[in-house]
Amino acid sequence: MAEKSELQYTAEHEWVLVDGNVATIGITDFAAGKLGDIVFVDLPKVGSSVAEGKIVGEIESTKSVGELFAPVSGTVVEANDAVSNSPELVNSDPFGEGWLVKIEFSELPSMLSLDEYTALTGE
Amino acid sequence: MTDVSNSEASSADSSPAAVRYSPLHSIHEQLGAAFTDFAGWMMPVRYSSDLAEHHAVRTAAGIFDISHMAEIHVRGAEAGAFLDFALAGKLSGIALAQAKYSLLLNEAGGIIDDLVTYRLADDHFLVVANAGNRFAAAAALLERAEGFDVAVTDDSDEYALIAVQGPVSRAILEVTAGLTGFATPLDELKYYRETAAIFNGTDLIIGRTGYTGEDGFELYIHVDAAAPLWAALTVAGEPLGLVPAGLACRDTLRLEAGMPLYGHELNLNTFPVQAGLGRVVALSKEGDFVGRAAIEEGPDAGARVLVGLAAEGRRAGRADYLLFSGDTEVGVITSGALSPTLGHPIAMAYVDPAVSEIGTELHIDVRGSRIAASVVSLPFYKREA
Repeated sequence: MAEKSELQYTAEHEWVLVDGNVATIGITDFAAGKLGDIVFVDLPKVGSSVAEGKIVGEIESTKSVGELFAPVSGTVVEANDAVSNSPELVNSDPFGEGWLVKIEFSELPSMLSLDEYTALTGE
Repeated sequence: MTDVSNSEASSADSSPAAVRYSPLHSIHEQLGAAFTDFAGWMMPVRYSSDLAEHHAVRTAAGIFDISHMAEIHVRGAEAGAFLDFALAGKLSGIALAQAKYSLLLNEAGGIIDDLVTYRLADDHFLVVANAGNRFAAAAALLERAEGFDVAVTDDSDEYALIAVQGPVSRAILEVTAGLTGFATPLDELKYYRETAAIFNGTDLIIGRTGYTGEDGFELYIHVDAAAPLWAALTVAGEPLGLVPAGLACRDTLRLEAGMPLYGHELNLNTFPVQAGLGRVVALSKEGDFVGRAAIEEGPDAGARVLVGLAAEGRRAGRADYLLFSGDTEVGVITSGALSPTLGHPIAMAYVDPAVSEIGTELHIDVRGSRIAASVVSLPFYKREA
């Protein structure tokens, strides 16, 4: 699990961990808390190409449905099968075992720092 | 990540714009609750986990704050006759201390609200309405009272309402410190009956009623005594598995139990018979009642009817999702969720009569993909007797 200060964030409540040219993506604890108990996660297939800002998956809780947006353009190199089988990992460990996809990118857009994201959520 | 569909039930809001807070609000804050706006009230949506709270109610007990509900007293020599005219059921026929589920109809046969009425005395009833319909229900009752020897008073602001629901509810109430003076001992109190009781000197009404499909109680008490009562129930209940439970699990619990929610399954444009509530309308009672003529005429032939749906997998159809038979749109979901108890998606939906038979195979349009679903009987879940 990465330190929250090492991550970058989007206004859509995703976090992004950059390692070389691969971005690991999940949703924040704030987003997971707002959704409630997550019971279904639909992730993009490995090998599919995704475009920044486009919907690539869904996260459903007992009460509501959230859409997962790609924070970067690139190719999905890994999807977290563990969360597909145990969606509750997104609640219990959103920044760790509850990660969602890894995207190989060539260009990284500008994203939010932890301070900027925290200001956005007001928490 | 963006929330695209939030089915947290917000019924038609007829209350003023100012946000209302429950008399128990500070307790919920101390418990770390997340809040939601429900009919203009900031109410706890969950304390820890919707699923954990749901399972606690099915296996042990949950304590709910539903103080947003509306309490309307009807007193007078003609109270029973008045309610027979004002509501769809025959309220004059219920026994002392009995409760009855009923409907408040308009002249066109549409549903203004669904409510529970308790008979507190021969000439005294307590009508409990939904928060979002408080003013509509109170206004309709007041208007209909004209010509009857009856007094209708909306005392909602005086009351807090705490529900304790789940199989160990009775055991909790029986060991709650300060809760005494039961007119009827709880082990003799039948379902859909009420008893007077006293909590540390304050009178309260305890109904063996609820909205979860489990055994349970609803405690009506003055707002000033609500916080100590919540605390006493919690202290008594924690060793038995009682947890604070929010509106999110209340919604999945009532859905599993096949209970309608106003604003979802019921509204001004729905006839009771469409909602499977034909039995609630006492057409055999003597005299006129508001909505009778329209009800006797009935809805248009082909009017959609409420059904249960079950699907496989984990993707749930939700309110407003459309239903298809082949390429033909045949209905719309009014409430839906992945059932925490059953482990598969369930929904209530209005469908064309032609596809309402149990076992009919339909498809739900879940945000562009088709999910197979079957028409099943309601309720989805029934507790063991």
